[in-house]
Amino acid sequence: MDFELMISSLPKLLNASLITLKLLTASLIFGLFIGLFFAILRVNKNLIINKFAYGYSYIFRGTPLLVQIFIIYFGLGQIEYLRSTVLWVILKEPYWCAIIAFSLNTGAYTSEILRSAFQTIKPGIIEAGQSLGISSKIIFFKIQIPIAIRQSLPAYGNEIILMMKGTSLASTVTLMDLTGVAKYIISTTFKPIEVFIVAGGIYLFMTFIIHNVIKFLERKYSY
Amino acid sequence: MELLSFGKTGWGDELLIATMMTIAVSITAMLIGFLFALIFTPLKLSKSKFLNLIGNCYTTVIRGVPELLVIYLFFFGGSGAVMYVASIFGYNEYIEINAFITGSFAIGIISGAYSTEVFRGAIQSIDKGQFEASKVLGLNKPIHFFKVIMPQMLRLAIPNLSNVWQITLKDTSLISVTGLVEIMRQSYIAAGSTRDPLFFYSFAAVLYLLLTYLSMKLINKLEIRYSRGY
Repeated sequence: MDFELMISSLPKLLNASLITLKLLTASLIFGLFIGLFFAILRVNKNLIINKFAYGYSYIFRGTPLLVQIFIIYFGLGQIEYLRSTVLWVILKEPYWCAIIAFSLNTGAYTSEILRSAFQTIKPGIIEAGQSLGISSKIIFFKIQIPIAIRQSLPAYGNEIILMMKGTSLASTVTLMDLTGVAKYIISTTFKPIEVFIVAGGIYLFMTFIIHNVIKFLERKYSY
Repeated sequence: MELLSFGKTGWGDELLIATMMTIAVSITAMLIGFLFALIFTPLKLSKSKFLNLIGNCYTTVIRGVPELLVIYLFFFGGSGAVMYVASIFGYNEYIEINAFITGSFAIGIISGAYSTEVFRGAIQSIDKGQFEASKVLGLNKPIHFFKVIMPQMLRLAIPNLSNVWQITLKDTSLISVTGLVEIMRQSYIAAGSTRDPLFFYSFAAVLYLLLTYLSMKLINKLEIRYSRGY
């Protein structure tokens, strides 16, 4: 055991975990909107819209995240037309490519979580709202969404942790996140176990925090 | 389409072999995972606090740390660890483990943590009366486990195991960083030499979708088989 290396690599790894956290929060925020959008499409009665939303979530849940990042980072640059548009400013940066891939990926999972939450809402609650003469818009925003959020909290907490682990893939597109820096230190010092303990410890700490925040929210919003 | 032809000019045969490799790694990893689950599920269910702690440590650490980090640990540390163990037995030559074994082990340990949780949940949701009844009937331990508990456990575990299988299948794409030529690595090579990454990575995505789709079909059949009588 090389404790000196463990201590000297800690600041570097902590610094790198800031990038991990940035990637995580950005993709969770975008992913939540994408997920909500597709979940609403999924509960739509129109068959084509419904199938489209299902197809989106099926494709993104059925392929590895690594493929999705590679398609966006390496693949999209190949299209000549894209290079001439404003989008290229975003797509040439690995940072934004990673965020786009993560958001689309977590959006697919989030849409499934929210859909099942919407579908488990008892019809009696909506009917009660209708019989009180509340407009369907207000029923949706003030009754359905808050209940759905409470219902989906445990599953969404898991998704946040999965996404946090997913951000490690950003290191494959040259980003120096926690895993990227850990790999760099391992490959220069050839001390994999020590670095794994420190980097893994940071990840576990983040998992622990997320887990407890979700538990707190669950208790706060339980009914 | 020309890019996918078989033979010397196309990438069809290479990608087919790579797909076989992905399937082989996934199955090996899943089986290694079952072995780990076989060890750690009893620990998690045992009454001893200490054994519980060991089981919980395994599942918490593995499920809380990114897969890629575990793979790097095995990739860089694997042959060192094996050489250390070998040196205890007096063997001091250099040992190199191939990418297939390191990869399957790394993914196997990850999938084992998920399988452990699935088996634990399944055994805990079996009715308590079943355990008591087989005790009252005086069944010995192996018969109690294989004839009473296991059939009921499998019925409850199969739907969740199919999720574990999907996770394992998708995780194998990460082994490409160690140089094992599976779908992702082969697409990377093909994309590099043809300068057509969009096509090859999209094709890789299609291959993965096909694999997940086909395996879901198979698992559904298993599910029906094991829920006979319910």
